[in-house]
This record gives sequence, structure tokens and C-alpha cells, in this order.
Amino acid sequence: MTAGIAIRGVRKSYVARGSERLALDDVDLDIAPGEFVAFVGPSGCGKSTLMNMIAGILPVEEGSIVHDGRRVTGINRAVGYMTQQDAVLPWRSAQQNVELPLRLRGVARAQRQARVAEMLAAVGLGGFESAFPGELSGGMRKRVALAQLLAYDPGTLLMDEPFGALDAQLKLLMQEQLLRIWTARKQTVVFVTHDLAEAITLAQRVVVFSGRPGRIKQIETVALPVERDVFRVRFLPEFEAAYTRLWEALSPEIRRGEAA
Amino acid sequence: MSGIADEAVAVGGTLRTARVAAVEAGVRRRRATVIVLRVLVGVAFIALWHVASGNWIDTLLISSPEAVGARLWRWTLDGTLWTNLSITLEATAFGFVIGCAVGFSLGLLFGRFQMMAEVFDPYITAIYSIPKIALAPLFIIWFGIGIESKIAVSAAIVFFVIFLNTYTGVREVNPLYVNTTRIMGGGEFAVMRYVIIPSAASWVITGLKVSVPYALVGTVIGEFMSSNSGIGFLISQATGLFNTASVFAGIIVLAVVGAIINTALKYLEAWVLRWRVA
Repeated sequence: MTAGIAIRGVRKSYVARGSERLALDDVDLDIAPGEFVAFVGPSGCGKSTLMNMIAGILPVEEGSIVHDGRRVTGINRAVGYMTQQDAVLPWRSAQQNVELPLRLRGVARAQRQARVAEMLAAVGLGGFESAFPGELSGGMRKRVALAQLLAYDPGTLLMDEPFGALDAQLKLLMQEQLLRIWTARKQTVVFVTHDLAEAITLAQRVVVFSGRPGRIKQIETVALPVERDVFRVRFLPEFEAAYTRLWEALSPEIRRGEAA
Repeated sequence: MSGIADEAVAVGGTLRTARVAAVEAGVRRRRATVIVLRVLVGVAFIALWHVASGNWIDTLLISSPEAVGARLWRWTLDGTLWTNLSITLEATAFGFVIGCAVGFSLGLLFGRFQMMAEVFDPYITAIYSIPKIALAPLFIIWFGIGIESKIAVSAAIVFFVIFLNTYTGVREVNPLYVNTTRIMGGGEFAVMRYVIIPSAASWVITGLKVSVPYALVGTVIGEFMSSNSGIGFLISQATGLFNTASVFAGIIVLAVVGAIINTALKYLEAWVLRWRVA
């Protein structure tokens, strides 16, 4: 079910206002099946660009990305995709949103209904089946999006600052929920964030990108147990050590980005 | 917005206290007051008309509420009202349906194929700037003085409103919705059905609300120009005879029909856009 990702020599540039700007330069990275990897870096370092290339939303023009043994050439339907901006459809109820991927993948009605009820209950949204996203709080909308991803159970989850808009406490609750899901299902996860603490709390490896053009600057393997408590992990010495090393790698990039 | 929603959700909304009842009673009282005042304004207007007619202003110009009421009553009894109204409504409805269908399909097509939209853009802008009423004489030459030319006028008017609104609605679709739906397994058709059409619906509904009265206007203008039946025909015929009572009777019928259609559309909008939280 889970899948590995092989990124080889990927470059990406944008042409705007008569000039070409290099967003990603020669990125090589291997992500093992079932691994939880976080991307961190200053704004505009191309971490979201790389994630969108794995999802097949942006074309891979130079280099190659192989996901689950298949080269990514168009929309990648073998992944689940979640962003900071809400992607749940505002005109569909919570239930209809969670049901949508199943419907699109041709799952029979009876199975769909059972699966949707199960997933909504799993994220604690039982009783809100017929609510429209506009009637739910920001955190509840995130949980609808999570239930939607889990409903069709993709082997890889691509998440671009999914909890970025939530307040600190809610963020912790969502992180805990995500880790619980990952521990149970062992999906391959690519998690883009600008929050170092979040990256260390969740990931097994943290990839630091340098700013403009984006290159991989450092890869930190997080020396924390795979089974972790998101509320306590930040008080462990290993967490502090990882945070210090990553901050040393990241801070000059952020300063450089601010000066530019 | 989400902050307040969070609070409401956290607090929960199941307690019916005395305060809830008091607030609801206040809302009901206010609604009743509005209705009473509305009726009073109508009555006052008719009373003023009654007093003015023959005393301050010549009856030939403004007729009188009694004469207009009597005319409407007679039209209802002898079938004039229904015969002519049904023809006007039929032309309006056909024009509306044809204009909507063509406008909506072309709007979707142009919205999805940017190149085509860019090529046709100056021509569409040019045709759009023509007052559609100016096409009415042409349609009468093409389709004759029967119902077909009225259908054509109202269809032409409705077409542009719906076409432009649908096109804008399709262009405004959030690309994130399109991408996530495709990743979840949706093809072109699914994206159209689950994302583009519902997302454009609010624009289309706005277009519908604007265009139904226009469809009525188109039909009536066609009837003014040349016809042998319809409410527009009744009004123009009465005008020729200086029969002000019939003119007013015809105008009142149009006003009532327009108000009914608009109210129906308001309910349709509320249902289609029920996911929009005020």
C-alpha cells in the first residue's frame, strides 16, 4: 500500500516579467516507503513546488520523480493531497465531501456510506455529517479533509502546511491525530512546514532547503522514537539537539531571504 | 468568521431558555409590523390616486383605481386576461429557456477553453454593447409577427446575461478545488460536475435573477412593435385609443407577474446556495 519516492536531478524555473527565476536547483532525494519526511525552508525556497511536482500538479521538466515505481508525468492519483487553504468543497456537506473520492473511484454506494460514517467517526465528526464546511470551525474543516484523505486510503500523503492556519493548541491535537493515523497505516508522508518544532515532532527525517534557488542544504534524522507523544516530545533532550542543529542550518537562509 | 463559529460550536446551541423565546418573539413582532406597514403604504397610494384622479389630474391621464379595477375584472371574466397573459408568458418562458441553455453551454465552453474566449472576445464585446431591443425589428422581419419573434428577442437578451455570468463563474473557480478533485480521481467530466458547475452556480443564479425580468421586457417590447396578442399588444392597442384604464391594467398585470417570478427566483437562489453561510 505504501510507496517510496525517488527524486533525481529536479530543476524548476519560472519565467515572469521577462526574466527566468530558478526555484529548485538539482534536487536529489529518496524517500523510503512508509517514511515520514518534513520539508522546511524559508518562503520561496521551492518546498511547495517540489511537493506539487510529486502530486503532478506542476510538470517535471528537468530531472525525474518516480513515485511507487511509476514516473510522475501527470496528475498523480496515487497520493492524498492536503494544503493550508481549505480544499473541501464548500457546496458539499461533510459527508458528501468525504464520499467524493470514493464516488470518483467507483466504489459502490453501500460501501461508500459505511466507509464515510466510519471515517467521520474516526476524526470525531459524528453528528456533523450534513453540515456544510461554512458551518464548521477551521479545525473541523481540517478534520473533514483528513477524513476525506483516509476514506480512499492513498499510500502517500502530501501535506503542505496543512495545520498552518490553526491556533497552537488545535495544531497539537491535529498533529496527534495525524501521527496516530500514520502509526496505524504507515503511509509515506511528505509534510511541508515552516514550523521547525512541528517538523521535528512529526517527522523521521527533516529536509532543510536553502532559499532561492531551492537546494537541499541539510538532512536531519530525528533521533526520537517512532511512537511519540506530541505533547511531551518537545521536552526531550533529543528534540532540543535536533532543533538547535536545524535552526543553525535554517536561520542564515531566513536572514538572507529577509535581506534580499 | 471561523473564530465566532468556533465559539458557537464550543458553546453548543441546544438550550431553549426564556431569553431565546423573547428574542424569537421580538423577531416575529418586527416581521408583523413590516407586513402591516406594507399594506398601509399600498392602501395610501390607491387612496391618493383615487383623490387625485379627476380632482387634481385629468382622468384621461391617470384614469382611476375604480376604472382600472373594473377593467381587470372584466378582462378576467371574458378571458382576455388569460388569453393574452398566457401568450406573453409562453414567449417569455421559451425565450428564457433557450437563452439560458445556449448561454450556459457557451459560457462553460469559453470558460474552459481560454484560447477560444480570447479569439472571440472583441466580437462578443461588440455584440454585447448593442442594445438588444435594437434587434427586435430584425427578428420581426426574420420570424414574423407571431410568437417566434418575441421568443427571439427575449432569448437574445437572456443569452448575454447568462453567457457572461457563466463564463465569469467558470474563470473564478479556485484551481485548488480542481487540482484536489483530480488527485482524488476525478476526470474532466467529474471536475465539471462536482467543481465547476456548483462553483459557477452563484454567478449563474445572479444572472438568472437579472435576466428573467429582461426576458419579460424583451417579449413585451416585441409585442409593442408588432403583434396581434399578448399583454404588450393590449397595452399598445389601448394607448392608440387613449384608453388609460386598459394601459394601467396591462402595466399592473406585468408588475404582478414580474414580482411573482422574482420571488420564485429568490427561493430558488436560497436553495441552490444553501451552503453559503450568511
